[in-house]
Amino acid sequence: MGVLPGRTALAVPAVAAVLLLAACSTLPHVGPDTVPPLRTYAEVVTTPGPHLLDVSDPVEGFNRGAYRVNYYLDEYLFLPIVRAYEFVVPDYVENRISSVLDNIGEFNNLTNSLLQLKLKKAGITLSRFVVNSTVGIAGLWDPAADLGLVRQSEDFGQTLGHYGVGSGAYLVLPVLGPSSARDAAGVAADSVAFSFVGPIAWIDDVAVSAAYSGTAAVDRRHRIPFRYRQTGSPFEYELLRMLYPMKRELEIAD
Amino acid sequence: MRRLLPLALLAACLWRAPHAAAASPPYFYPFVSPYEATVMELPRWLEVSLPATVPIREFTLRVFPEREIPAVFWYEDGLVCSLAYQDRAAPLIFVVPGTGARYNSAKTLKLQKLLHQAGFHVVALSSPIHMDFVVNAGTGLPGEPWQDAEDLYRVMALAYEAVRRRVEVSSVALVGYSLGGFNAAFVARLDEERRRFNFRRVLIVNPPVDLYGAVSALDDLLVQNIPGGIDAIEPFLRSVLATVGAAAKELGYAELSGEVLYQAYKLLPRKEESLAALIGLVFRMSAGDMMFTADVMNGGGYIVPRNARLTNSTSLTRFAAVAYRTRFVDYFDEYLFPHRQAREPGLTKDGLRRRMSLRSLEAYLRTADKLRLVHNEDDIILAPGEIEYLQSVFAGRARVFPTGGHMGNTFHPDVARAIVEAVTGREP
Repeated sequence: MGVLPGRTALAVPAVAAVLLLAACSTLPHVGPDTVPPLRTYAEVVTTPGPHLLDVSDPVEGFNRGAYRVNYYLDEYLFLPIVRAYEFVVPDYVENRISSVLDNIGEFNNLTNSLLQLKLKKAGITLSRFVVNSTVGIAGLWDPAADLGLVRQSEDFGQTLGHYGVGSGAYLVLPVLGPSSARDAAGVAADSVAFSFVGPIAWIDDVAVSAAYSGTAAVDRRHRIPFRYRQTGSPFEYELLRMLYPMKRELEIAD
Repeated sequence: MRRLLPLALLAACLWRAPHAAAASPPYFYPFVSPYEATVMELPRWLEVSLPATVPIREFTLRVFPEREIPAVFWYEDGLVCSLAYQDRAAPLIFVVPGTGARYNSAKTLKLQKLLHQAGFHVVALSSPIHMDFVVNAGTGLPGEPWQDAEDLYRVMALAYEAVRRRVEVSSVALVGYSLGGFNAAFVARLDEERRRFNFRRVLIVNPPVDLYGAVSALDDLLVQNIPGGIDAIEPFLRSVLATVGAAAKELGYAELSGEVLYQAYKLLPRKEESLAALIGLVFRMSAGDMMFTADVMNGGGYIVPRNARLTNSTSLTRFAAVAYRTRFVDYFDEYLFPHRQAREPGLTKDGLRRRMSLRSLEAYLRTADKLRLVHNEDDIILAPGEIEYLQSVFAGRARVFPTGGHMGNTFHPDVARAIVEAVTGREP
């Protein structure tokens, strides 16, 4: 029995919506009366590129569409759910839920540490899982961290990066947000592996899987501090696109 | 446990009583460098205690209902403000935040809590140079102080109408910090003629004196501290990010926090210069955001082409590259000044520059009894001599702290108390 994480399930209709939007051109609409501005790109940007904001984005039309869809999903679906969750559930319980989900998620950290032959990381992750599942009572608490065993996040995108696979085109995934061709493949591989052999699949119960997917989706959004428009910048899309690869490079190097 | 609480409180009061009676300890602030003070969070134990939550309602103003919002700002739909309300009749205070800050920025929200705790209904607005404001409520190019004040005044009047349906207001006050303090001084002066609010008190916190000078100085922080300026920013940003990552790892945290940032700062090579450059960069970016937005709203011609339509899927990357390479002084010379001159023939560059200064309000600032100032001697947005100037103008109505940088010490207990005393009139 496979577990399709809730957010991935939502991605299917969202992709359809994005494809409808993606047909638009990314160039300004100009006419015969269009006058170039006083400060043109050619005159102002005189040093040779590529510049910081120039991230390869061959499917920008699609990406901007996905960005827009994600904005509306966040505003009208995810954030209202997260707000209700935060209102109803005490902080202490929220943290226990996050902790249990993190413990279950150690599965992907372990497989990817092994795939990268990072044996020390794999050892730490395995010890964490054992200690937290037992002493930490199914991961409700994280006593392993108190023993100096800090969580080692690894995913399949990082594994690919570790073996020299370039990030590929920047990609905004519907529902999931900023990504790249490589990391999107990584997300897919991780979720397939998780669904077939991960801890939830051991239980093999549809209700459990559904409960897991739903809770994981809410918990995930609850823990991501990012809010659209928080930058106060009309270039928020560009800024995210600039920061995402930098952040991933650091994660891969680690 | 609950029942023990009143007892514990009583014990705490008794225990504190002798201290309260003694002279309060001298002002202690941990950061000596004004750049450090400006950027670093105060450690928790040195911060005034604020309620975890206060009752807040957001509301949206349609300032110009007829205005068509350009498609490139597809996410803009009215100007959002927030009201922290009391359950009974209370004085109301407007908060005007600093450069490019929104009504719900971290600092604005904290100030809202502090003032709510002091008994006010608190209406938080967005800065007149924040893109939400420029798109929904601006009427020209931001930067000319009287026009910005007019725009703010219009928004405040609408916000006042909106909240009066919900809460009972006994009197009205105004506080602005940083650029918002500068704005507030002009709004206060405007209100002396319009008499819409008759502010009981107006407090300006860490304002610039000469806007043009302050802004140029902030911009210089970037150019002077990164060899090559904005074009050479990439290696700098990468090293900063890597350092933050290393610091987070060292502390074993997955998320950013004040502690992680401070740790990162200690690891940075050329600490002071890096901080100064970051301050300059943040400033340059918010100015660039404002210029692009204002240009689109005014028909283009500066950064975007005139008579071209930007849609919700137009790539803005090249416009961003230009906007972030445009200094405020360029904007002033090439766009703001000609724009104003077209409205006011005879206006000179020098005249406009002089107008963009608190000195142009000096006569009013000297005499208005309702005005108060809270500032720091080492604020990085002041030029040499300006703090002395402000002290001479505000005299007994100024509270000036020796350290704290630009807004670094706002929530230090002593400063927070000075702010509350200034807006409530309960001064020692």
